[in-house]
Amino acid sequence: MHELGIAEAALRQVSLQASQAGATRVHRIVLRVGALSGVDPDALRFALEIALPESPVAGAEFEIETVSAQARCNRCGRDFTPANGLLFECPHCQAIGGTITQGKELDLVRLEFS
Amino acid sequence: MTNMPHPTSSSAPSAPEVVVVDVRDPADTLPPPPGDPAPHGSRTIDLKVRILDENDRRAAENREFFQKRGIRALNLVSSPGAGKTTLLQRTLDAFAGEVGAAVLVGDLETANDAQRLRRPGVPVAQITTGGTCHLDADMVARGCAALRLDGVRLLFIENVGNLVCPASFDLGENRRITLVSCTEGEDKPLKYPPMFSSAHAVVLTKIDVATAMGFDRAAALANIRRSAPQAEIFELSARTGEGFDAWLAYLRALL
Repeated sequence: MHELGIAEAALRQVSLQASQAGATRVHRIVLRVGALSGVDPDALRFALEIALPESPVAGAEFEIETVSAQARCNRCGRDFTPANGLLFECPHCQAIGGTITQGKELDLVRLEFS
Repeated sequence: MTNMPHPTSSSAPSAPEVVVVDVRDPADTLPPPPGDPAPHGSRTIDLKVRILDENDRRAAENREFFQKRGIRALNLVSSPGAGKTTLLQRTLDAFAGEVGAAVLVGDLETANDAQRLRRPGVPVAQITTGGTCHLDADMVARGCAALRLDGVRLLFIENVGNLVCPASFDLGENRRITLVSCTEGEDKPLKYPPMFSSAHAVVLTKIDVATAMGFDRAAALANIRRSAPQAEIFELSARTGEGFDAWLAYLRALL
């Protein structure tokens, strides 16, 4: 369960970005979590509920956007959604060796503040 | 009314005057109140900031530190009990007097692994994380600060045994090595994709007991290739030494 550490890192980024933007109060935080980020969105939500009230942005609402995994086959060039752990196996041509194009995200993507 | 065309005018009929219908709310015409024009308004900014940005920066500093000192750092990751410490014991013995090596080893508690890895001329530091299930770049920086790294060419970082969490944390390593043992079953690579997809090499350990475990080697290798097509694969037993030469050759080639 490393999501508490992730939540704390996220809230430090929120505080940093908010103060750089001249915010006095943060109302809403939007995070984006990819399916291949190694972070479980539910566990992160739980961790944020614990960490947020103790943070400088207590009172803010948060939202977690999830992003599915996407890959592109290195042989046939088609995009596919990796399934069942088969990150690199193209379902179109069965080649092994795709490039992950989406799903590793672990980002702070939006802040609403005044 | 004075602008109305005069019925008795002799000139040609002129265009009617434009009628202006003002539908604005009277309040809109008032000047804005002094001070903040929108006291309750909030602003939104779109960002793309990595949540682990702090760790990534620290990892970049570590990488630069290793580069400057001519150190190659390896991050060994696996589930608990896959054989990281045993692999390192035999590796250190093989390199004794040949290649300068140092070890950072992470565990939640105890210095047992560091004790097992103590060798003459090999600096070893145990990082006890308390409850944390992975090493991060800052812990590695602090561990390095506690070691004498003169003459060290290879730094082995034995991560906390965990096949999930360490995948998210760049330590600044040059190579990430994922271990999986024959006793864990053939489908670990498919169950824990991030740990395998990010590996430079995968080491299949404990092959001396593979037969007794009814281990399906071909299936395991196929699964590793499917989840980590970029990785070099080694099959070895750190207990008997089988397959160890290829692993040592891989490490020597990094220098």
